Amino acid sequence: MRLVLKSETDVLKKVEEISGQNVFSCYQCGMCSAGCPMSEEMDLLPNQVIRLLQMGAFDEILGSSTVWLCASCYTCRARCPRGVDLARLMEAVRLIVLRKTKDDYIPPARMVKEKLPQIALISALRKFTR
Amino acid sequence: MRVGVFICHCGRNIASVVDVHWLKNEAAKLKNVVFCEDYIYLCSEPGQKFICEKIKELNLTHIIVAACTPSLHGETFSRTLESAGLNRYLLEIANIREQCSWVHQNTPKIATKKALKLIEAALAKLTYAKPLTPLRVPMIRKALVIGGGIAGIQAALDIANGGFEVYLVEKEPSLGGHMAQLSETFPTLDCSSCILTPKMVEVAHHKNIHLFTYAEVKNIEGTVGNFEVTILKKPRYVWEDKCTGCNDCVDVCPVIVPNEFDQGLGARKAIYIPFPQAVPLVYTIDLENCLNSKKLIVCENCFKACGPRAIDFLMEEEEVKIKVGAIIVATGYDLIPLEALPEYGGGRYQDVITSLDLERLLSPSGPTGGVIRRPSDGKIPKSIVFIQCAGSRDPEHGRPYCSKICCMYTAKHALLYKHAVPEGKVYIFYIDIRAAGKRYEEFVQRIVEEERVLYLRGKVSKVFRKNEKLVVLGVDTLTGRTVEIETDMVVVAPAIISNNGGKALAQILKTPIDEFGFFTEIHPKLRPVESPAIGIYLAGAAQSPKDISESVAQASAAASKVLALFSQKRIALEPIKAEVDVKLCKGCGICVKTCPFGAIKIIKKKKKKYAQVSKAVCQGCGSCMGACKFRAINVAHFTLKQLFSQVDALLEG
Ligand SMILES: Cc1cc2nc3c(=O)[nH]c(=O)nc-3n(C[C@H](O)[C@H](O)[C@H](O)COP(=O)(O)OP(=O)(O)OC[C@H]3O[C@@H](n4cnc5c(N)ncnc54)[C@H](O)[C@@H]3O)c2cc1C
Ligand code: SF4
Ligand code: SF4
Repeated sequence: MRLVLKSETDVLKKVEEISGQNVFSCYQCGMCSAGCPMSEEMDLLPNQVIRLLQMGAFDEILGSSTVWLCASCYTCRARCPRGVDLARLMEAVRLIVLRKTKDDYIPPARMVKEKLPQIALISALRKFTR
Repeated sequence: MRVGVFICHCGRNIASVVDVHWLKNEAAKLKNVVFCEDYIYLCSEPGQKFICEKIKELNLTHIIVAACTPSLHGETFSRTLESAGLNRYLLEIANIREQCSWVHQNTPKIATKKALKLIEAALAKLTYAKPLTPLRVPMIRKALVIGGGIAGIQAALDIANGGFEVYLVEKEPSLGGHMAQLSETFPTLDCSSCILTPKMVEVAHHKNIHLFTYAEVKNIEGTVGNFEVTILKKPRYVWEDKCTGCNDCVDVCPVIVPNEFDQGLGARKAIYIPFPQAVPLVYTIDLENCLNSKKLIVCENCFKACGPRAIDFLMEEEEVKIKVGAIIVATGYDLIPLEALPEYGGGRYQDVITSLDLERLLSPSGPTGGVIRRPSDGKIPKSIVFIQCAGSRDPEHGRPYCSKICCMYTAKHALLYKHAVPEGKVYIFYIDIRAAGKRYEEFVQRIVEEERVLYLRGKVSKVFRKNEKLVVLGVDTLTGRTVEIETDMVVVAPAIISNNGGKALAQILKTPIDEFGFFTEIHPKLRPVESPAIGIYLAGAAQSPKDISESVAQASAAASKVLALFSQKRIALEPIKAEVDVKLCKGCGICVKTCPFGAIKIIKKKKKKYAQVSKAVCQGCGSCMGACKFRAINVAHFTLKQLFSQVDALLEG
């Protein structure tokens, strides 16, 4: 399906605000994907996630397992030649998804009920427990 | 005749295929050979010393070096002979590398035999060799520079500052070339006119530079040190010495036509200067658009308005003959026309423009005063799609090469647009981003990051109009997705091509151009600024696509070659020239027609007609020698006798 490119989306601004990263710093070398320990299991490679962010195609990321499989091991951050903290971007995407549910907040009980992947739990806890 | 044969191993290049020891023993048995030895690297210092010592020690008179191609080390070994007191023309090189070991790697035995044959052939030719002395002719220490873009300007200034006179010929009414059209320049964002105009003015005022604008080179005869050049001055219908550049004529001229300098996006009158900083500041009447013709004067507005009476409708074109010793070709480039890119809507939609059009829209002295307005309705575009590699790197459509500068200027355009329209959106279609140059990659990455420019890796398939917008269909191969973008304007980066008139000029100069019309250098790595025609040098984009700093660097390099040439008052010419045997010559004149340099004349003396060669003009190409039915003309060092015996030796046995 053809991707219709629009001017920058609000979601992208939000992702960048939460993560403190500029997605346009990435030049798509693929170092992050090459080194990611989870990439075998992912349906989008980590560099594709950031690419889709650059293109403002947030919906494409929503349907993907990648952000949930990301282990936040920071290998990508350590290796990226452009200093992009991709792990933070992944986290930002997760947070936006979670926040969308209701008022930026999900009680842990509900997360469990909805059978969220473990990583989502950890991600949520990291956010809400400071 | 005491011949010495020196066989080179060239490390393993020769010795790993050719059995050099056998070769040495066999060559030693050949007639007149008094010494034969092999050596690991003859071109090394000790290798040359070895040859030199043996010449002196054994009183060798002729030398054969069996090694690599003479185009690589012919000069090296000729000098070795000279340093041992022998004439350099008593050397023969048997090329047993390129013509033997490299091409027969899998058949070493046959290769070894062939190597011996090549040495025998060299010996046969050497048997009839004669010592020759270089010709010395006086040199005209003045230069001609063709093309007044930044390359030509730089070359002319360097030579003039070196103390020699320069004739600078520019075909347009003003100096400046494409650089004068640019807004700001990558990677420093210097304002183009601000750095160019002072140089243009310097040219105009330099006491050593004779500037011919609105002029072309019509004919060139002669060779290095002694070129005779005919310059054609087109009529401006305004006397250069009288025009004060006051602009009074323009105000009264009723004819308005598109201004080529503004890429047709702005207008000018029939009497005009292309841009305000033009040098010389002299107006030109473009008679094609003027209401008057050569025969009929119907409008005299400008004539009457001109205070100093500079306008003259009767002006004729004028030929000027000059003599120079060296020539620099700096005729620059062109872009392929938009119409050649129909898939991008080129020529069909007004808002699909070229990169050079955008330069004019960005320029403060351009048709929109530096505000980016799209041609169709004058609105400021809220988004721009750029398409790189438009016609470049496309061997199927005839241009396999990279145009080299478009990646950089497109990044620059993205930046300048974002500075002007901060909320605007930029999309750039590219195949690779080529930013090799000092601070170039940093420039591009900074723009991507800071201006949030979306580079899409892939081609555009189609551009079409939808209401007031353009829709661009393309692909991003990084995501593997086809993409669609609605935009206000499309800017393409058309392939850089050789200048339109380049072919005709190459014929006048008798110097080669490549299949794309760019002037060819003699050696791409080691002699990149010299054309194969001696005394003709190359500068700027006339040779291949180049940016400003490269054009300037090459211009200065070409100028330094000219200055080195001019450091002597006389010039030494290779004595490899055609010689006529008057006894055999029947004066039929076939050679006169064959000679590509016009070096031969038929003369009549004591009732006998025969051919006479001008040694200074002859390039020793041998065309005449091949054409003469009576074998009356021979090129020294390559006489028929030498060549026949060489071939015989190869075919023997
Ligand atoms: C859109 C665009 C943007 C660019 N931006 C930049 C930039 O930001 N930075 C940068 O470094 N470079 C830039 N460039 C490249 C720059 O234009 C060239 O590097 C430079 O103009 C080359 O100079 P030149 O003198 O070799 O050729 P030209 O500028 O083409 O000059 C050649 C001159 O020779 C004249 N001429 C041609 N034929 C004849 C003839 N037969 N007789 C007499 N005169 C003749 C022409 O009229 C012209 O004046 C850009 C190019 C384009 C297309
Ligand atoms: S390593 Fe960094 S620059 Fe390379 S693709 Fe990943 S995020 Fe982009
Ligand atoms: S410079 Fe860039 S845009 Fe231009 S032809 Fe080369 S790769 Fe394509």
